[in-house]
Amino acid sequence: MSQRRVVITGLGATTPLGGDVTSTWSALLAGTSGVRTLTEDWTSLLPVSFAARVAIEPSEQMERVEIRRLDRSEQFALIASREAWKDAGSPDIDKERLGVVIASGIGGVITMLDQYDNLNNKGSRLVSPHTVPMLMPNGPAANVGLELQAKAGVHTPVSACASGAEAVGYALEMIRSNRADIIVSGGVEAAVHQLPMAGFAAMKALSTRNDDPARASRPYDVDRDGFVLGEGGGVLILEEYEHAKARGAKIYCEIAGQGLTSDGYHIAAPDPDGAGVQRAIKFALRDSGLSTKDIVHLNAHATSTPAGDVAEANALRAALGSDSDHVAVSATKSMTGHLLGGAGAIESVFLVKAIQDRMAPPTINIDNLDPAVTIDVVRDKPRALPVGDIAALNDSFGFGGHNVVLVFKSL
Amino acid sequence: MALSQADVLAGLKEIVEEVAGIPAASIELGKNFTEDLEVDSLSMVEVVVAAEERFGVKIPDEKVTDLVTVGDAVDFIVNAAK
Repeated sequence: MSQRRVVITGLGATTPLGGDVTSTWSALLAGTSGVRTLTEDWTSLLPVSFAARVAIEPSEQMERVEIRRLDRSEQFALIASREAWKDAGSPDIDKERLGVVIASGIGGVITMLDQYDNLNNKGSRLVSPHTVPMLMPNGPAANVGLELQAKAGVHTPVSACASGAEAVGYALEMIRSNRADIIVSGGVEAAVHQLPMAGFAAMKALSTRNDDPARASRPYDVDRDGFVLGEGGGVLILEEYEHAKARGAKIYCEIAGQGLTSDGYHIAAPDPDGAGVQRAIKFALRDSGLSTKDIVHLNAHATSTPAGDVAEANALRAALGSDSDHVAVSATKSMTGHLLGGAGAIESVFLVKAIQDRMAPPTINIDNLDPAVTIDVVRDKPRALPVGDIAALNDSFGFGGHNVVLVFKSL
Repeated sequence: MALSQADVLAGLKEIVEEVAGIPAASIELGKNFTEDLEVDSLSMVEVVVAAEERFGVKIPDEKVTDLVTVGDAVDFIVNAAK
């Protein structure tokens, strides 16, 4: 029996650029920054006073009672999933063949810290009974699973900033292995809070360009000084190809394969040789039956850190060889900031849109390209992708040395 | 401090609407919290804590299971406040 093929039939997102996929994608093609100065008092405690908050507050997209019972990360998951499910035509499916795989890098950290304050200031009786369901990292997936009554399995892979991509890859395997016909998959993050930000700042991982936030996330620029924290999430509906055809679904493209490796190098720093990234790309291409010649576009991890961007660019050049000359590389974190566990998911949404529209989004804020970067970066303006059969890659890496590469191809 | 049944019912309506999102107009003395108003066990804990704060009474955990209807809760609170 030949392998079950998997296609994308729905998309959803809430990001610093827009409250849905359409508004996010047009802002992305227009080269808009979603990074803004924060107005909270606590910014005075930190060396960083900006982040990329979602463009549309969940309170404008959900009922008040839902807001009260759900962590912000769970709110993002439901908002993006509702959009994606509707986009897929709200399929009528046997619930035992429907699954959910939605990741978060950190989980309900804002709930945890707010309730800790409640405990200390008001006493244990005033700790919300919703605390645990709100702070658990599987909460976003679980709430989406509950709403859709998914019974094939609800999962939450956690691998820091690779979590969102790993979730989409896990969904691919669930359908291939015949555990399900449709999976709602993606990643979310809601960690714009003084503690996670102070932690990242203590690692010197965040940009401190406080006087010019919109220009702070600048992957591949010589003056990049760290990443910008973002929030939000993305969701993709993965569906078995014959199942999608049989119900006449709108099919965006195929998800053709994935490659996963780990560095075994350092808890936070990238392996400067990028050997793990190269192997992940090799495995992903092999898994999808494609070669480097087929790849025309790549949405890079490129978070705007001094070490990470060059290590990744070197690994891409080494893995793709001379074929990297025809791979249009986009670093969309220049506009969205870094959504941590949501990053791989929204960037997968962007890849699907890029294949559909044959358009690679721009990378903004590159005033002077780092000479160490020898890949073909799409700068300033979007770039048209070729007609005909094309394939594209999304790579995501996480603290802990996790490497995930996903392959999407036109159908 | 003595509380009237009407005051307690009005306060409870506000609390249940705030906690569970149920319109105050549909909250009546004869309504069952779980079956009619669909207040789940976690939200019931919130209702109890909010009621204690608002009416200055103590509702012991072992009594909460006896508060089946809105009327049960109102009666308990009125008596406890006497």
